[in-house]
Amino acid sequence: MLAEVGQFALILALLLALVQSAAPLWGAHRGDGVLMAVGRQAALLQAVFIVLAFGALAWSYVTCDFSVQLVAEHSHTSQPVAYRFAATWGSHEGSMLLWVLILAIYGAGVAFFGGTLRETLQARVLGVQGVIGAAFLGFLLFTSNPFLRLSPAPVEGTELNPLLQDPGLVFHPPLLYLGYVGFSVAFCFAVAALIEGRVDAAWARWVRPWVLAAWIPLTAGITLGSAWAYYELGWGGWWFWDPVENASLMPWLLGTALLHSALVLERRGALVSWTILLAILTFSLSLVGTFLVRSGILTSVHAFAVDPKRGVYILGILAVTTGLSLALYAWRAPAIRTGALFQPLSREGGVTLNNLFLTALTATVFLGTFSPVIIEMVNNDKISVGPPYYAKTFAPLAIPLLALVVFGPMLNWKKDEARKALVRLRIPLIVAGVVLAAALPFGGLKGIATAGGLALATWLIVGSVWILGRRWWSGRAYLGRSILTTPRSIVGLVVAHAGLGLLTLGITGVTSWESDKVLNMKVGESVAFAGRTLTLTDYALTEGPNYQAKTARFAVKGPTGAYDLRSEKRWFPSAQSQTTEAGIRVGPLGNLYVSIGEESDAGVIVRLWNHPLIVWIWIGGFAMAAGGAVSLSDRRLRVGAAVKTQPLVQPVPAE
Amino acid sequence: MKRLLFILPVVGFVGLLAVFFLGLGRDPRALPSVFIGKPLPAFATAPLRPGDTGLASTDFQKGEPALLNVFASWCGPCRVEHPVLMRLRQEGVVIHGLDWKEDAPAGLKWLTERGDPYVRAGNDPTGRTGIEFGVAGVPETFVIDKQGRVRYRHVGALTPEDWDQKIGPLMEQLRKES
Repeated sequence: MLAEVGQFALILALLLALVQSAAPLWGAHRGDGVLMAVGRQAALLQAVFIVLAFGALAWSYVTCDFSVQLVAEHSHTSQPVAYRFAATWGSHEGSMLLWVLILAIYGAGVAFFGGTLRETLQARVLGVQGVIGAAFLGFLLFTSNPFLRLSPAPVEGTELNPLLQDPGLVFHPPLLYLGYVGFSVAFCFAVAALIEGRVDAAWARWVRPWVLAAWIPLTAGITLGSAWAYYELGWGGWWFWDPVENASLMPWLLGTALLHSALVLERRGALVSWTILLAILTFSLSLVGTFLVRSGILTSVHAFAVDPKRGVYILGILAVTTGLSLALYAWRAPAIRTGALFQPLSREGGVTLNNLFLTALTATVFLGTFSPVIIEMVNNDKISVGPPYYAKTFAPLAIPLLALVVFGPMLNWKKDEARKALVRLRIPLIVAGVVLAAALPFGGLKGIATAGGLALATWLIVGSVWILGRRWWSGRAYLGRSILTTPRSIVGLVVAHAGLGLLTLGITGVTSWESDKVLNMKVGESVAFAGRTLTLTDYALTEGPNYQAKTARFAVKGPTGAYDLRSEKRWFPSAQSQTTEAGIRVGPLGNLYVSIGEESDAGVIVRLWNHPLIVWIWIGGFAMAAGGAVSLSDRRLRVGAAVKTQPLVQPVPAE
Repeated sequence: MKRLLFILPVVGFVGLLAVFFLGLGRDPRALPSVFIGKPLPAFATAPLRPGDTGLASTDFQKGEPALLNVFASWCGPCRVEHPVLMRLRQEGVVIHGLDWKEDAPAGLKWLTERGDPYVRAGNDPTGRTGIEFGVAGVPETFVIDKQGRVRYRHVGALTPEDWDQKIGPLMEQLRKES
């Protein structure tokens, strides 16, 4: 019964999406207020019905209704209830339902909060949103229906892939989708602006918070995914350049570019058509990611069940949305008035440079991800692109970008002088120089890279915090007040940029000083590793709720005291698969990572890793997301704060 | 001229779309083996079934094309392809098995419980032999011709479609080769 309710709710949502894609666009064209209001209602109702459908599926999972095929395929009564719930989005169909759910919630957000927008603009945004919603609801209903029944219903279901039974799964996909789908709002605004043929202040004020609202969860989701891969996959790495990881990194890189160019557009009215293009491309890359994961065009550890038919459908959606919007761009964008002029050395200039680097980085990842497909097509060679490619192409572009990050916020809008800017940055320059000089004498050629990485991290952290330092120093007579009156957008900027510094610190630490060791151990044996002594104290069979495990316990004595670590090899009988749970001691200076492998007469294989500073990679990533959140809470950015009559270009005092 | 710059994105996108569309049909998992066309490396393994002779590279030069199936009882997809192997055995296809990365009793239990499709079956508890001919994971199936040369490598579970469309016709062709 419940599954049928969900099914009908989805069908109704599809019909509403069709209404939403026609009525407001036509209404805006004709100036018909009633039709435009219909669009708003359709968006809100559509969200209600999709919430209903999602709830129906989630409830079927939680109550183990195995007469629903999808539930029978991904749930098991012995599976803990949190993972039964999370299994709702653990399959292709369920995750697509989550996709349209988030899309509908964003659409409802535009309909609900968009009262201050020009009515025709809001209507056109909703209309474009409706088209995307209808396309994906159609995809869901016609190729991936989550509510298919299974008759007779099995007594027991097939378990969810045990790798996915982890708190990481509960949050990782929803966060990523909030990001991917969130960029659809910027996309809809861009297409609406192209249809209208103009970009005004309200447009610019609206786009940036929405981009930020998508960028924050995407940043957090990618960081979480990296941490999850680190502790769950048992390979001891934090980034693998896997096609699906790249699929999330590409929209992130371009979304970061969009975040910065939207800032320039909002403050100075410049970079208009470039921002529109970025908005289109960022969401298109999210769609490309969806295509990549679900079409089977590339192999990956995360790919869903491969079905070329679905691939063709998503490719169709991609062709229509991106193709039409880019065609519209080619036709209308040249007519959109370009904004204010600026000198090359200015904050606008800094953002332009940032955008160039980020776009180049995106192109690098894109080529790395898709060159196996292209090369095979050209000369039938199978190639695989791995970390060496990215070390040669990504790093040389990322390092200068990181060095430039500190300059941008220190530059004045419109024009600036190099000498004055350097004077403003003398303290961070000196500190980073001291770190470089202190670190250089250690080690040879590798030591230079390490010292450079440490200096870069210092430069980023000190240089970002220095923005606050300068601000508060000049207002030191009223220190309390000048701290309290610091706009949150500036605090957010500082936190996010410093987070990038922490990330750099972590990457430098782990790539420079990582060490590992593989050996056979028997109970009672000890090994000295990275300044610590490990003893295998126990190796035994243990039982979990839905798995059996071989558990190895280690006693570790190290410079930070004595502690125990546990690593498990879990066997999930109903899923017929095995996972490795690594034992990890997390510390600010470094992690000790232990994972066990196969057994033999010589004992059990034990892999040990020492990962110096690695935890700062994730702290940095979350700091960036937190910085975004602080910035989003700024009053000036609050959604709906736009004033209709404001001129596009307004003088902004240099900070 | 400036207008051209605005048209560039859509032109590039159409090209990309074509690549994606053409790329859809291909199988990204079809990995060529470095041994394609070359003789199997010489190897000899312990028997999986007690009292048997095990599996060696010389078993493949018997004037009949054969399949070499690498499997393990701990592997999920092996379960999926097992009925296909049983059917092929009944149809008279010569299949040799290599039990990969587990001890013989576990593999033997698998065969006694589910049926034994193999003419010869070897045991490779350390995975050494598998590495010799480039096994990356289980299941993998190699098509070996009459002279003992590797002609095709199939990664992943063998489905009835794989047999009907690729491997079956290939075996037929190899049978006709002198």
